[in-house]
Order: sequence, then structure tokens, then C-alpha cells
Amino acid sequence: MRVAATIARRRSVIPGFGMTLGMSLLWLSLIVLIPLAALFLKTAELSFSQFVDIISSRRVLHALQLSFGLSLAAAAVNLVFGTLVVWALVRYRFPGRRVFDAIVDIPFALPTAVAGIALTNLYAESGWLGSLLVPFGIKVAFTPLGIFVALVFIGLPFVVRTVQPVLEDLEKELEEAAASLGATRWTIVRRVILPSITPALMTGFALALARAVGEYGSVIFIAGNLPNVSEIAPLLIVIKLQEFRYADATAIAAVMLLASFLLLFLINTLQRWSEARTGKRA
Amino acid sequence: MRRMRMGLAAGLMLVGAAQAADVNLLNVSYDPTRELYAAINKAFATKFKAETGKTIEIKQSHGGSGTQARSVIDGLQADVVTLALAYDIDAIAGRGLIAADWQKKLPNNAAPYTSTIVFLVRKGNPKGVRGWDDLVKPGIKVITPNPKTSGGARWNYLAAWGYALKKHGSEDKARDFVRDLYKNVPVLDTGARGSTVTFVQRNIGDVLLAWENEAYLAIDEFGKDKFEVVTPALSILAEPTIAIVDKVVDKKGTRPAAEAYLNFIYSPEGQGIAAQNHYRPRDAAIAKNHENSFAKVELFTIDDTFGGWQKAQALHFSDGGIFDKIYTQ
Amino acid sequence: MSDFDPRAATAGVATQPAQRRKVDVRADAPWVRRTIIGLTVGFLCLFVVLPLINVFAQAFSKGIAVYLAALQDAETLAAVRLTLIVAFASVLSNGFFGLMAAWAIAKFEFPGKNILITLIDLPFSVSPVIAGLVFVLLFGLQGLLGSWLAVHDIEIVFALPGIMLATIFVTFPFIVRELVPLMQEQGTEEEEAALSLGASGLRTFIRVTLPNVKWALLYGVLLCNARAMGEFGAVSVVSGHIRGETNTLPLHIETLYEGYQAAAAFAVASLLALLALVTLIAKSALETRTAKE
Repeated sequence: MRVAATIARRRSVIPGFGMTLGMSLLWLSLIVLIPLAALFLKTAELSFSQFVDIISSRRVLHALQLSFGLSLAAAAVNLVFGTLVVWALVRYRFPGRRVFDAIVDIPFALPTAVAGIALTNLYAESGWLGSLLVPFGIKVAFTPLGIFVALVFIGLPFVVRTVQPVLEDLEKELEEAAASLGATRWTIVRRVILPSITPALMTGFALALARAVGEYGSVIFIAGNLPNVSEIAPLLIVIKLQEFRYADATAIAAVMLLASFLLLFLINTLQRWSEARTGKRA
Repeated sequence: MRRMRMGLAAGLMLVGAAQAADVNLLNVSYDPTRELYAAINKAFATKFKAETGKTIEIKQSHGGSGTQARSVIDGLQADVVTLALAYDIDAIAGRGLIAADWQKKLPNNAAPYTSTIVFLVRKGNPKGVRGWDDLVKPGIKVITPNPKTSGGARWNYLAAWGYALKKHGSEDKARDFVRDLYKNVPVLDTGARGSTVTFVQRNIGDVLLAWENEAYLAIDEFGKDKFEVVTPALSILAEPTIAIVDKVVDKKGTRPAAEAYLNFIYSPEGQGIAAQNHYRPRDAAIAKNHENSFAKVELFTIDDTFGGWQKAQALHFSDGGIFDKIYTQ
Repeated sequence: MSDFDPRAATAGVATQPAQRRKVDVRADAPWVRRTIIGLTVGFLCLFVVLPLINVFAQAFSKGIAVYLAALQDAETLAAVRLTLIVAFASVLSNGFFGLMAAWAIAKFEFPGKNILITLIDLPFSVSPVIAGLVFVLLFGLQGLLGSWLAVHDIEIVFALPGIMLATIFVTFPFIVRELVPLMQEQGTEEEEAALSLGASGLRTFIRVTLPNVKWALLYGVLLCNARAMGEFGAVSVVSGHIRGETNTLPLHIETLYEGYQAAAAFAVASLLALLALVTLIAKSALETRTAKE
């Protein structure tokens, strides 16, 4: 009851609730909700069986599989290496540490098209890295491997930046207590540190995954775009659009959008779990 | 804040300055014609100024022919469309933006220049590509764009099919031939230019299936010491078509300028520019002048071999059509 | 206790100067340290530094004359203008409404707050291609509002408004996300104090709230701007790719790349890469600033 009174008091003291909420909802509706509703309206023009037919066609299924599969793999790599990176940045001092800390954000700030042409050029058979791999018979550009590399690039900052504040704030005393009780370093890592950062790790993973699934600009230059081999779902949407097949495009987009909603829901839940655990917004 | 406002004002003024021409046209074209229309637009602007005293600016948009048609249907305000094949313009006409009899309004079925499909190979022709049959040899990598988005890609596909049909006499053998050809294709770009970039700049593939004009342009750009053109003995007559977008020119009031522009492409000056850019001109005199630039090829047409674009598109390139089936095998 | 390495203890010296002789139990063994640092540096160099260097190397591969010519080309300049206008519009609108939304979310409790936050975050997880697609479905000639727009001669897709809308959609949450946690942490005491002293709501906002969040706001603006200038997928779908008119810088890069002008494409790309680097430097500076306060 005291809480309700406090809330009521707060609401009556600070003005502007109605206006700010109203304007925010208006802007949200105009820019985000109504356009997204248009997508579902268009999809609704299809009968359910038509929808299922489109989604279950071999090419669409393969594109969705490729997008989600490669994104999972890339997010997993970012999970592992992101953990190593954030550990090094937070726990160690080494020359150039601050520079590398800033470097982590480059995939976040660099336009996707720039990343796309740079990576393609690098990994093409005549590129700096591609030429090194040719003797091993490994082809990166224009293969799913190239898509994978691009997805690792753009997802890179998410795990690092999500875990960093949590790791920085980790209480020293916990570790020191565990050590004084005779725990080995590895046990401390496993039983004390990892559980504390796991919610943040999972959040970062989910963020990297969500970003990778929808990625277009950086992938489009390096992917082979061969149907049923190296064609990502966003490109398939664009192709269907270019073929005047709006229904197909919107159906695929609807599936991807639903997946995005689920991922977003998962991310927000994980973030709240993390906040509850550590009291810090991940 | 003040600096930002000033910057914005300056920016907007500069943008405004760009619209200073008396007449503005938008030419929505297919992928390889960038250099062609850069030259044509320049020449036409001079002529237009001389004849009418008004300045004209023609903006260009390029992309796969199918993509461009879709954009115009979706509202891209093109005054004229200069696309890779009649079917794409028919699609726009089907939505009421262009008069249904557009193809009769200009000479030669609205195709002011023609082209054909040839092969571009690396200098010295290391894989010994001489004709269509070499494209289905195992181990050869062929670069061609996506027929679902690119006009040139569809001409490539039909040229291959037509060749196999004439050689083997049966639709089934033609289908097998084309299927084997696409097995050798490692990457499908969305436009003819994209494929050329892949072959020429990224060094992917052994042979590029390309518009004749595109192949020769690549040699112009990158040098005779890097690439050579192999012209097959038999190929398809490719007829890129042009049209005025009636709905747009009537709304904007640019019909006279647009008509003058399209007619210019048929004029001797326009035809000369086309020939210089390796497009086969329709004008007999200009064609004679440039005889030696174009190889002699036995050409079959889409009408006599495939019964026209409507049939070909429906059979091969529609969803679930033959191209889709070839890929799932 | 036998696995303590005295050398590992000195790893903690920088952080614990008062305990010079004391062993740091939180330190890792040196081989672990070296491996992890090695992997970190290797991973970052391979995936981030090398592509970045490549951009500049390719940009200058044909010499500085070609580089400068590419940047001064009329179509490039038009693309720069368009990108600046679009980014400015995104920052302005998302900043204004971001402040409003942050005020409503941070200073009040109301049912459905979590749903609102989730909805605001939506554009984050939507593919940029889908962002472009929805505006075509809504405003394209064949779209839901298409015929109405055609009748009234309003161009949205394939013109500036469409590009702005798509970019605003994609950068929607950036500024709100930076403001909300900070404003929530700061609570409402200062605002209540000002109000009780007789200040109006607007005055309180301008004189009390804004100065408190200025660095977070600037940070959000920075991120919003970087994303707005670099957006490719969404704009690609709604732009008509009209050279010199509806090509933003990222689209112009693609156009150049396909026009056999790879060096020019990388030259323009290097512009955007420089912008990214400047953004990061500004971000670091802001973070130091915030840490100090």
C-alpha cells in the first residue's frame, strides 16, 4: 500500500507522463508497428496451406537453415573467442590493451557494405588471406565458409561488450575466499566466475545470433548466392521481391520476423536474469 | 548547434542546386549499360540544348533487368525504361504504367540495338573453350548471372538451350545440356555486371557467359593482354527493348523530351555511340561502318526457337519452372 | 598452496601496489595468460584489423590521384549529401522521441512498461532487408497506401522520404537504450526537488534532466549516426539506385564496385571507415568523461 501511494505520489509530482508516453507510442506506431503490421497483413492474404507451401519449398528451407545454422555457428565462435577476449581485456595488462579494447567495437561502427567488400577482397583466391589458403584447397569467398567469416565479424562485439561490465564488477572477495579454501585456479574459474557471467554470456550470444540471422550487407558480397548451397534467407527475400513474388517474400520475412521476436524475448529474459544475479544491467 | 544548422542549410542548397536543369529525366536501365548511356546522355544533352535552348539532365539507375522492372512497378518514377528484354517491359505494361502496344511505337520492335551472347576467357584461352560444348566439360567453371533477377542471365540460358536444341534436336537433350552447364556455375550474381566483376576482378571462373557488348567492354577496360572473346558459331539474337513510361511522362509533362531522347538512340549519332560501345546497331549505314568490329554469328531468335518471351518466361523462369528444377537436381 | 607461482603474483602488482609482496590469488598461470592474450590479439587482428587495413590498401592501390578523384566525383558528393541528410534526420527524430520515451519509461511506473521496452527494441533484431520490405509493402505503388499516394503525387519509396523512414526504423532504439538505464539509475529526486521549488515541467527537463544525461545522449547520438550513415540492406530495398540521387554512400560503394571501379569503391569505403574510427575515438573519450563524473 505504501508502494502504491509512493507511485501515485510520484506520478502526480512529475509532469508530462501523458504527453511523453503518448508521443512515444505514436512515434513507435508510425515508424515500427504499423509498417510491421503491413507485413503480417500481406502475409495474411495467403491461405495457410499456401503459406506452408512457400515456407516448405526446398530452396526456402535451405536458405532458412543456412542463415540460422551459420549464425548459430558464428555466434558460438564469438561466444568462445569473445570470452577469451573479454578475459584478456579485463584481467590482464598488456601493451596495446586499450587499442584492442577500442578495436572490438569496429564491427559495430563499420558500415556493413564496407565490411562486405573488404572481407570479400581479403578472402578471394587472389586476396591476402585467400591466396594463403589456396594450397590447402580451402576456399572461403563465395562459399558458406565466407558467409561464416562475415557473420563472425559482425557479431564480434556483442559477447565482449555484454560480459565486460559484469566481469569488471565481479567481486574479488569471492575468488580470494575460494582460493583460501584451497580451490585450484581452474575450479575457481568453473565454479565461481563462470556462473556469475553466464547470464551475460548467454545474452551476448543471443544478441550476436539475432544480428547474424538478419545480416545482409556484409554477407551479400562474399556469399556465393547459389540456391540450395550458399543463399542466405535475406537475399532470398530480395530475390523474391525482384521476381514480383510479394507473397513469397512476405512469407519468408514473416518467418524470420517471428524468429526475431522469439530471440528478442529470449534476450530480454536473459538480461533480466542477469540483472537479478548481479544487480547490473548486462 | 548553430554550426549544424548552417551545415544543413548549405547541404540542402547543394542538393537543390542539383535540380537546376530545365528538364529532368530518369532512365531506368539494365546492368551493363552504364557506359553506353553515360555517352548517349552527354551527346543528347548537347543536341537538346542546341535544338531547344533548354538544359536537360538525365539520371540513370542500373540493375538486373527484372529488378529494375519491379522497381518501376513499385513506383520508381522512370520517364523511360531501357531494359534487357521485352518481357520485363511487358510486365510494367501489364500494370498499366505503359501502353500495351508500346513495342509498336518505335522502330524494330522497340529494340534500337541488338547483341548476342559470347564467351569471355582468360588470355591464351587456357581451358581451350571454342564452343558451347566446352562449357559442359567437367572441371570448367562458367560464370553467368541469376536468371531470376538478370535479363542477360536469361538470354545466356536460352542461348545455351537453343544451341543444344539445334544440335541434338530434342527438348530433353537440351535440358540435360543446360543442367550440366549450370552444374559448372560456382556463383550466381544478381546482374550481368556483377558476373563480369566476379570473373574479371575477383578472378573466379574460367569462362564468362556474357552479352557481346559487355565482353568487349571488359577488354576495353582491362586490356587485350588479360582477356579474349570467343564467339560461338551459333548464338541467340538478343534484343534489348526501350519504352516511354506513359503514366510518368504524362504526369511530369516530359513526354516531348522523353520521345526526343528515345528517338535520339535511333538517330545516326546515337547508333554510332551504340556501335562504339559494342552494341550491334540497327542503322544499316552505321552497321556497315562497324562491320569488322562484330563477328559473324549464326543467330536464332526467341520467337522462332522458343515461341516468344511469354512462353519462355513461363516455361523456364517462373517459380517451379525448368530453371528451378535444374537446380534441385 | 604449492601451485602458487611467485611470478604470477607480480601480475597483480599494477592493481595492488600496497600489497607488493602479497601473492595475487586471482592471477592466472603465465602460460595461460600468454595463450589467452595471444589468441585474443590473433583473433582480433585476423577478423578486424586485417579487413580494415585492406580497405585502405585497396583504396590507395591505384595511387593517390585516383583516390582523390573518386572522392571529388559528382556522384560521390551527391551520395555524401544524401547520407548526411538521412543521418541528420535519423538522429534528430530518434533523439527527440528517444528523450520522450526515456522520460516516460524511467520516471514513471505503468503497466505494460516491459512490453513497451521490448517493442522499442524490435528494430534491433529485425533484418534490415525486412525493414526495407515493410516500407515498400506500405508505400509502394502496389502497396497498401500506394494508390492513395499516387493520386496525391507523393513519392515515398524510391525517394528521400522512403530512405529516411527505413533508416529511422533501423536506428530507432539506439538513443533510447542509452538513456533509459542512466535515467533509471538517477531516479527522480532531483526532478522532484526542482518541481517543489516551483519550476515547470519543461524547465525541469531542460535544466535538470538533460545536463545529467548529456554524455549518454551524446553516446546514443554517436551510435545512431554511425549506423544511419552505414545502413545498407534496408536502404538498398527502398532506394531506386538512382545514381546521383538516391544512392547513399554504402549504395554508391556497391555501384562503383559493379562499375569496374574497385579502387574508387574502396576510396569511398575508406571515408566511411574513417568515420567509424572517429566514432570510436569519440566514444572512448565520452566513456572516460562519464567515468570521471
